[in-house]
Amino acid sequence: MSPGPVVEDAREEQAEAAAEGFRLPGPVEDFLTEVGRFFLVFWRTLYWTVRPPYDVKEFFRQMVKVGVESIPVITLTTLFTGAVLALQTFTTLERFHAESYVGSLVALSMVRELSAVLSGLVVAGRSGSAMGAELGTMRVTEQIDALEVMATDPIHYLFVPRVWATTLMLPALVMLGNALGIFGGYLVSVVLMGANPVAYSHNTFQFLELSDLTSGLIKAAVFGLLIAVIGCQKGFYTTGGAEGVGRSTTSAVVTASIAILISDFFLTKLLF
Amino acid sequence: MPTKIRLRDIHKSFGPKQVLNGIDLDVETGESLVVIGGSGTGKSVLLKHIIGLLQPDRGTVEVDGVDLSTLNHREIVGFRRRYGMAFQEGALFDSMDVRGNIAFPLKRQTDRPDEEINERVDRCLRLVNLEGVGEKLPSELSGGMRRRVGFARAIALEPDIVLFDEPTTGLDPVTTAQIDEVILNLLDRLDSTAITITHDMTSAFRVADRIAMLHGGKIIALAPPEEFKQLDDRRVQQFIHGETDGPLIQDRASRRRAGSADAEAGPPHEEMEQV
Repeated sequence: MSPGPVVEDAREEQAEAAAEGFRLPGPVEDFLTEVGRFFLVFWRTLYWTVRPPYDVKEFFRQMVKVGVESIPVITLTTLFTGAVLALQTFTTLERFHAESYVGSLVALSMVRELSAVLSGLVVAGRSGSAMGAELGTMRVTEQIDALEVMATDPIHYLFVPRVWATTLMLPALVMLGNALGIFGGYLVSVVLMGANPVAYSHNTFQFLELSDLTSGLIKAAVFGLLIAVIGCQKGFYTTGGAEGVGRSTTSAVVTASIAILISDFFLTKLLF
Repeated sequence: MPTKIRLRDIHKSFGPKQVLNGIDLDVETGESLVVIGGSGTGKSVLLKHIIGLLQPDRGTVEVDGVDLSTLNHREIVGFRRRYGMAFQEGALFDSMDVRGNIAFPLKRQTDRPDEEINERVDRCLRLVNLEGVGEKLPSELSGGMRRRVGFARAIALEPDIVLFDEPTTGLDPVTTAQIDEVILNLLDRLDSTAITITHDMTSAFRVADRIAMLHGGKIIALAPPEEFKQLDDRRVQQFIHGETDGPLIQDRASRRRAGSADAEAGPPHEEMEQV
């Protein structure tokens, strides 16, 4: 089924409501509009995902942009987070003579929670903003109109590769982040604090289960999906020239970050 | 000659803004029609109705006898393959070089092999007098060149109908004349039906078989260039001669007072998702 008529029906209802003089308060209407647009573009992304032509080249290009090019910033973020986590917990647990648990604590924190959320926030700032700015610029310079005129659905051409590239690459970045976070904790504990390297390594993986890893990766995939859909959506609906592009870019980062933090709570509740 | 595009009683408003207010217009196959009108009179909105990016609140748009309102989303996307549209600033994709831009519709909509696509791109570049710029990025081109690349992309699929949205706005007179020559040359070789939106009268008289003037949401004059120049209508004469005092200014002021603003900002783009 084509998504076109769905938009028309919604618009007709909106027009009828407006004609009758019924209007929601401004912020409520804006919020509902954004939520409606999110589900609309997400549905259209799903619709176009399974339809040819499949732009594999663009999909890989986006994977490089979102994934490979984010490696340096993800490395710094997770390495130092693991290191700080070890530093904080080592000095605290030392008081209870429980410093042997530092490895487990760092690993569990990174794998279950921190790596996914921090990588999500970093990618939202880096790639979500780029998507908002790129699509926003394309909108105000009529490039999106040009796509439609050339019988190419912009959701198909622009959203599909970005959304699935981000959904796939964020878990990959999180895997890297897990390893680096654990390594950062190891460095601090063993090199700085003088912990026994063999005991520390053993304790690191003692309490770690496969479900901890998979739940972190599921979270990462959901965050990736949210970042890309929100980033593309903000750019796609840009109005108002250069200023509008700036607004869309900021809004893409802020909205995606809030969505990550809120969905993290519900995913944690659901997965554990 | 048979009618290619038939507009009947087209009405369109965006919120309280009544932009088109009963447009009736026939475009004959193979003719070059120029639509003129002041800024914000709805010329681009009219063009977007013709290509199916907007749907009228009332009235019908028929192309080759097919009423666009009877087509579903997929059909109308397929129908657009008959059109080529050149945008005001070119609307070239920044991420691709000139060759990639022109090849885009050929790659997306045909199964032609790469060599054939490359030949076609070179031919399109020759038609717009831009041989040798295929490997340049849009940011490396001048305004006039970007528009000509836009023309080349618009004609890549040899469309039945070519639409030019303000092709000479903001260009110097010499470049404007060059652009007009390119348009005439293209129309001569392609045998397509063309609709050009402009407010540049010199350009309009050069490229038009007929000129239509849009004002107050209606077509107020329609004639071949020589007859158009002789029309008695004060609004037409004021527009042709660019006079500051006259009925166009008075009409605009009275419409603003009545709350029926001009479409200066154009339609909100979400309106364009109707199909």
